[in-house]
Amino acid sequence: MTTVTKAPGEAAAERPGGGRRAKEGGKGPSDGTVLNVFSHGFLAVWAILIVLPLIWLALGSFKTDSQIGGSALSWPSHWHFDAFSRAWDKGIGDYFAHTLIVLVFSVPLTMLLGSMAAYVLARYPFPGNRVVYYFFVSGAMFPVFLALVPLFFMVKRLDMLNTYQGLILVYVAYSMPFTVFFMHSFFRTLPTAVHEAAVIDGASDTRIFFQVMLPMAKPGLISVGIFNVLGQWNQYILPSVLMQPQSGSDPERYMLTQGLIQLQYQMGYETDLPVLFAGVTIAMIPMLVVYLSFQRQIQAGLTSATLK
Amino acid sequence: MSHVARGTGRGGFITGFLILPLALYLTFVIWPYIQTFGYSFTNWSGQSPTFQFVGLDNYAALMKDEVFRGALWHNLLLLVFVPVITILLALFFAFMVNAGGRSGAGGVRGVRGSGLYKIVYFFPQVLSLAILAVLFGAVYRSDAGGLLNGFLTKLGVVDPAHPVEWLNEPNLVLWCLLMVVVWHGVGFYLVLFSAAMQSVPRDIYEAALLDGAGRAQTFFKVTLPLLWDSVQTAAVYLGIAAMDMFVLVSTMTSGQFGGGPDHHSEVMATVLMRNFLYFGKSGYACAMGVVMLVLTMILSIVTLRATRRERIEF
Repeated sequence: MTTVTKAPGEAAAERPGGGRRAKEGGKGPSDGTVLNVFSHGFLAVWAILIVLPLIWLALGSFKTDSQIGGSALSWPSHWHFDAFSRAWDKGIGDYFAHTLIVLVFSVPLTMLLGSMAAYVLARYPFPGNRVVYYFFVSGAMFPVFLALVPLFFMVKRLDMLNTYQGLILVYVAYSMPFTVFFMHSFFRTLPTAVHEAAVIDGASDTRIFFQVMLPMAKPGLISVGIFNVLGQWNQYILPSVLMQPQSGSDPERYMLTQGLIQLQYQMGYETDLPVLFAGVTIAMIPMLVVYLSFQRQIQAGLTSATLK
Repeated sequence: MSHVARGTGRGGFITGFLILPLALYLTFVIWPYIQTFGYSFTNWSGQSPTFQFVGLDNYAALMKDEVFRGALWHNLLLLVFVPVITILLALFFAFMVNAGGRSGAGGVRGVRGSGLYKIVYFFPQVLSLAILAVLFGAVYRSDAGGLLNGFLTKLGVVDPAHPVEWLNEPNLVLWCLLMVVVWHGVGFYLVLFSAAMQSVPRDIYEAALLDGAGRAQTFFKVTLPLLWDSVQTAAVYLGIAAMDMFVLVSTMTSGQFGGGPDHHSEVMATVLMRNFLYFGKSGYACAMGVVMLVLTMILSIVTLRATRRERIEF
């Protein structure tokens, strides 16, 4: 097992070997080489520490429960995918669908409402503008916990506990501070000349927003969009309080994160850990695919979102 | 500005664009926050619609609550160690990635494959905390089936008959959780610091090199001061994460909403949730929420003040 799981780290560590013949610079060649080997060593160790547990977990989905409990370093004896289908039947498929249903509505709605508010606050001076802006932005400072107790009863009063629309609205509301903050600073950097030209052409304010300003804000929308997709996809606390079945007849509408934790409790009792590992692997695969396809945008989006 | 002159009908447009976002935000965010303050002065149970005003009783009880005080202490420990360890590791790796390569004719450069390292290191950031909880629950398993015990047994460090119960050992559990946060965060801050390092103009490094500065000197005298803004941001974000910890503690440790063994991994968030959802002491839970808010605000202000340096423009 170790030979396979080490591969990514080794691949990275072997690279300098190929370049060893490369000409050294004029200044302190020995110093550079020592540091180079040294830094590759440390970097490779951390890379292994990241990759190894993930691959180990994925391999666990092919083992039997007794193998998992017996020795961590055992190698799967058969390569059946039945743990994956059992995990899917245990609800992973449904949890995926629930999360998708929520995000399909909550993310576009967050972006739309957040941009609308940010745009008005960034480009239209009116009395109280600053107050409303700080009002929005200050929400980013508070921990969600602070609002949790009354939020639960607020959603209950609206009869929206364990409903998609309830969670969608809550997600949108809690994504507002950051979205408004980020898009506000983005709209401020856009040139005014285009806007003025559109005004002269007789376009209405609403039309200017949707047909001129919003397309121009695309890079900002992508950054904050990635941030919101990841944040809402990975959210655990809000659904774990708001998405519990309210009665016996109320169907389960767990989000993926909730479902995984649920599965963990369940599989602990049923001693079927391969199912749990398969469930986590299933949950990780789309993230891995999306991440590898968009890693540049994701890294840039998340870090620029933090630095704003 | 031309659009100010157009005046008529603009009020309608502004209201139209603001009304929905504001309404949602007020209903689900601001109003619950305000209510929390109100409820924190009552003995509200959450179930019954009636409750009495009890003044500062909840806060007085909080001060005497051993579990909560222990949780507060754990949060403070995490508050110090999570940012320090994560930022140091991230800075170290960022420096290795960007300046650890051999020095060539063009001065110091990054290692080969730095892009690959960044891709690998950053990946944990896109995983949910729920996935991390299951993953590290398995890594820290208390028998030979756990990855950590399995390895240490193989190396002969751990006696196979007595594997370490990582998450059940009072003195270890908090540090095990801390390592999960560090594992999760280092890659993100590495990328953040790398971006900042790359935005430093090359000629500053070349000038330092010409003046005879070594790598260590370059790092401490040139790179670090120029990165200070990002380090500050990182400290605030990591501090806020250290104040939270709910997902990891509640799912990885023993007890109702976690915190075990015997409250050794308790954090404020888990005490709050237990009081709210399990003991039905909503008013008391609200008082904890208020304390957490005040601490988070103090933390942000102190971090920003304490790390304030003269801003260097480049």
